[in-house]
Amino acid sequence: MSHTATATAATPPGSLRGARLPQWAPYAVAAGSVAAGLGISAAAGLHSSVQWALIAAVLYVVATYGLSARVEGRRQAEDRVATSFVWVAFLLAVVPLASLVWATVKRGVKVLDGYFLTHSMGVVGDAEPGGGIYHAVLGSLEQVGLATVIGAPIGVLTAIYLVEYGRGRLARAVTFFVDVMTGIPSIVAGLFVLSLMLMLDMQPFGFAGSLALAILMMPVVVRSTEEMLKLVPDELREASLALGVPKWRTVLKVVLPTSVGGITTGVMLAVARITGETAPVMLLVFGNPFINANPFEGAQASLPLYIYQQYAQSAGSPYAYDRAWAASLTLIAFVMILNLVARGIARWKAPKTGR
Amino acid sequence: MAKRIDVSGLTAYYGTHKAIDDISMTIEPRSVTAFIGPSGCGKSTFLRTLNRMHEVTPGGRVEGKVLLDDEDLYGPGVDPVSVRREVGMVFQRPNPFPTMSIFDNVAAGLRLNGMRRKSELDDIVEKSLRGANLWNEVKDRLNRPGSGLSGGQQQRLCIARAIAVEPDVLLMDEPCSALDPISTLAVEDLIGELKERFTIVIVTHNMQQAARVSDRTAFFNLAAVGQPGRLVEIDDTERIFSNPSVQATEDYISGRFG
Ligand SMILES: Nc1ncnc2c1ncn2[C@@H]1O[C@H](COP(=O)(O)OP(=O)(O)OP(=O)(O)O)[C@@H](O)[C@H]1O
Ligand SMILES: [Mg+2]
Repeated sequence: MSHTATATAATPPGSLRGARLPQWAPYAVAAGSVAAGLGISAAAGLHSSVQWALIAAVLYVVATYGLSARVEGRRQAEDRVATSFVWVAFLLAVVPLASLVWATVKRGVKVLDGYFLTHSMGVVGDAEPGGGIYHAVLGSLEQVGLATVIGAPIGVLTAIYLVEYGRGRLARAVTFFVDVMTGIPSIVAGLFVLSLMLMLDMQPFGFAGSLALAILMMPVVVRSTEEMLKLVPDELREASLALGVPKWRTVLKVVLPTSVGGITTGVMLAVARITGETAPVMLLVFGNPFINANPFEGAQASLPLYIYQQYAQSAGSPYAYDRAWAASLTLIAFVMILNLVARGIARWKAPKTGR
Repeated sequence: MAKRIDVSGLTAYYGTHKAIDDISMTIEPRSVTAFIGPSGCGKSTFLRTLNRMHEVTPGGRVEGKVLLDDEDLYGPGVDPVSVRREVGMVFQRPNPFPTMSIFDNVAAGLRLNGMRRKSELDDIVEKSLRGANLWNEVKDRLNRPGSGLSGGQQQRLCIARAIAVEPDVLLMDEPCSALDPISTLAVEDLIGELKERFTIVIVTHNMQQAARVSDRTAFFNLAAVGQPGRLVEIDDTERIFSNPSVQATEDYISGRFG
């Protein structure tokens, strides 16, 4: 048995059952800590909610440890402290996220309606009320769609090459370049395409943005697809090869179907990532208050760029701010829907156990 | 369709590591040949050289000859894919395709090689599942995932999948090591039936199993730790288990080492 005095007191010799804190104890301790935290900060004249929350968190951890050590013994106390650290970390991660979503929703719903989604800024000045994001949504969909059509297949095929075929020098070189590409800042990708555009003496257009976005997307897709393909057990490949199936069919009919859920999730997440890119779009697509449905000619708008321009070019007009928030909400909703779709596909396509 | 296998001077490497050295033997058609020997002596490696699966391993390399009815598997211009269609394989751990139903698993070899006609597939799938003694257990759930079967059923599913493509030779690497005695018996009975049609080679660590199912037995051993594995002797199973010509074989079988 344990050597500490508390533990010996808490665990009667020869018994498997030690004293346990009641189920409600953690909640009671949490409530007490929050109350104490509020009390202390009121007494000390602190006004920031960050401060009282931190005081409460520290109090909670200390009180849990003390209480549990007295009643349950040291091992249990350490377990509870570890658990409360996990909870604190979880809250630290979730609170900013939740407050961000909350702020966006609160300020975004003001002008977000059917009219807003179906009209452009063509005849509305930046500081005036009215207008919408139709042109920006259209531009974003086209640019991101084209980028995906280019980036996803190249990324997936590169990953297949690296995992299934790549040996030796070439594979190492490709891996190296993918690593380098992962680190390219988005503005640099934009500048790269911009230099091509200037060399060819062209004006900004949507597809140029798609190219930059595709450059940003590819390494992400390669990495995630590689990981998914590596998860496919070699036994499955060997089972297929041993049936006299050629390698390319094995990859196509056995390896890819087994990992398609994960690959799709990776592609969707990459799409979600490039949807929010602003810098390359600003350089290459330029922005346009009018509806331009042709991504191959003329400046286009895009959601992240729209948000930036509403904020930066409106000289503090509250109408523009409302539009910027509403566009942000639309962007977040779009990314969220993509993520949900990705999860749905992953679950739908996951290898079935059937048990 | 069963074919004879003639191996001469076969040496296999993993990179620079020589795993088996200079093995020669003849495997008769329509018979069961068992490979026994201590762990790491190269039984699996040798088995995998018989259908050119060894070279799938990175760094895998083979020297020597394997004649399948007078055709050298390692001759110039031989396509490993066609070799594997004639020499099928069942692995130690059951490995049904997780995305496919029971039916699709059995039909996989045919489908992946381009056969499409539904009625013909139906016939072959039923025949193969019957051949693998699994038909009665799964006939009502052919569309359920193959990975939902028990381990023993999965292994018989893999056997059905392997025999569906009608190979000439069937290689089995410890096919019963993950199975309970009843499933093991089912697989052993199955081997007895299959040898009417196929040439069968089975690796096993179970002496009784080797004695029960095989006509001939080959004993492999390592000369010393770190040395490549080699063939000690191959003979009729009865002789190997009653009166082997090499002392090491008798020691191994009676459990005095290895
Ligand atoms: N993929 C591999 N890469 C490198 N060496 C390998 C590989 N597989 C096997 N070996 C080596 O080859 C030798 C023979 O291995 P093999 O798997 O053929 O033995 P085995 O007789 O089948 O053993 P067991 O009865 O345990 O299955 C061993 O020394 C092993 O370490
Ligand atoms: Mg083995």
